Amino acid sequence: MQAIVQYWEGLPVIMQISAKITLLLTPLLLAVAYTTFAERKIIGYIQIRIGPNRVGPRGFLQPIADALKLLTKEVIVPTNANRYLFLTAPVLAIAPSLAAWAVVPFDDGMAIADINAGLLYILALTSLGVYGIIVAGWASNSRYALLGSLRSAAQIISYEIAMGFALVGVIMAAGSLNLGEIVEAQRGSVYHWFLLPLLPLFLVYFISGVAETNRAPFDVAEGESEIVAGFHVEYSGMAFAVFFLAEYANMILISALTALLFLGGWLSPLEGLLPQAAFALPVIGWVLDGGIHWFLAKTAFFLFLFLWFRATFPRYRYDQIMRLGWKVLIPVTIVWLFLEGVAVAFGLGPWFA
Amino acid sequence: MTVEEILFYAMSTVLVAAAVAVITVRNPVHAALALVLAFFATAFHWVMLEAEFLGILLVLVYVGAVMVLFLFVVMMLDINIARMREGFARFLPVGLVVAVGMMGLMAMVVGAGVFRIPGPERAAADHSNTAALGHLLYTEYVYPFEIAAVILLVAIIAAIALTLRRRPGTLHLDPGRQARVRRNERVRMVKMHSEKQ
Repeated sequence: MQAIVQYWEGLPVIMQISAKITLLLTPLLLAVAYTTFAERKIIGYIQIRIGPNRVGPRGFLQPIADALKLLTKEVIVPTNANRYLFLTAPVLAIAPSLAAWAVVPFDDGMAIADINAGLLYILALTSLGVYGIIVAGWASNSRYALLGSLRSAAQIISYEIAMGFALVGVIMAAGSLNLGEIVEAQRGSVYHWFLLPLLPLFLVYFISGVAETNRAPFDVAEGESEIVAGFHVEYSGMAFAVFFLAEYANMILISALTALLFLGGWLSPLEGLLPQAAFALPVIGWVLDGGIHWFLAKTAFFLFLFLWFRATFPRYRYDQIMRLGWKVLIPVTIVWLFLEGVAVAFGLGPWFA
Repeated sequence: MTVEEILFYAMSTVLVAAAVAVITVRNPVHAALALVLAFFATAFHWVMLEAEFLGILLVLVYVGAVMVLFLFVVMMLDINIARMREGFARFLPVGLVVAVGMMGLMAMVVGAGVFRIPGPERAAADHSNTAALGHLLYTEYVYPFEIAAVILLVAIIAAIALTLRRRPGTLHLDPGRQARVRRNERVRMVKMHSEKQ
């Protein structure tokens, strides 16, 4: 163990960073692949079907087969499309959704870059993902694609405001922009998590998150029954797959952030409920105590909600989406921020004491 | 050269190239995207100046919101480049005068003593630019800050008031009424005996 630590410390900084990025991105991309599989299986069972079950045992190699199929397909660039931007758009979509993971802490201090303005960085990067969609829609030289990208741009701009306000509430409660410190501010017990005092903001954040990732019921940018497939209608093969990867990486990111900001990240829900001796037990104590497994479990739960929503809700009409964003979510956040400000001023315990 | 210098010169090259592209490329969408790149490179410079709050805010506000709306509008335009270029030679002298005037003005501002200050001391690793900025805004500059806030609020209210005009004949649906709809208001159940053969 000592030798490994010493060897690690001896490596040049750039190699350390590259190793960390590889250790983060490989599981992330695998998770993305298996999220597509989980989506098809879960929605299958919700609709009383089995879902994919041909490739590998119980269909577990399906995402690998899908990836191989997409890799070998031809990338067709439409005539009169803006060739350069057409091929840049998928990169613009996936780069921010991967780069945002740099500041996500998986456990105490377990982040690639533990920066002060972490939350702000995430907000800035998630707002960049829309460029991939807009540029894809415009460069395709297709009416459906342009309609999809216009819808998406308007939707993302509208929901970003509600999302930002919800995050302001979290910052007010935690007193920090650093994600690790935000989690530490929720330490204590389940009742110390921001879920309870910021319940409306939590709902607003998650709903805006679903809307920002263009997922059902807010998937008007794709809207296959109205505009074929929206912004990526002209894409095929790997170029299409990259958009797909970006969407799922964003979904996992929003789930992880919801877990970090409102459900105490890696903190254990049993903390403060069980006696201290329980956490000292050999193996069970490690499971009960806070750690990366709790963070992953909470993230997986929100990821499941994304899939559940898709199987349950019909698509919103475009004007209803705009109404929900501007006339419902934003006023809710403003009212709750005001109440929270009062609570902070009077030191309402146990959260704002 | 240190790593920082290499990064600085690389991003400065990107910034200057992008800024030149904004005014030289023919396609307005390309120009808008070049402007996005220019903002990005500027944000990078600010982060290198240890002003990470301003740098990230530049990306968040200008790249993430303002330029998206810009692109939104530019994509919808059908700009006739030939018509825009007509009269180029006729207006060239006026344009040149304005350009030289602007250049002189900028040279006077940027060359003035205000900007000729030595670089600040490197802050400690735990220095938070965000906290420092917040501290200054809410203590020393609290009145200018609040006046700016009130002006922005007035602008928001004015913008909302402009959209509040009532137009007759719009197909407006009341969401509350839609949600309150009951089945028996819409559907009439008819009992019919099946026809006998």
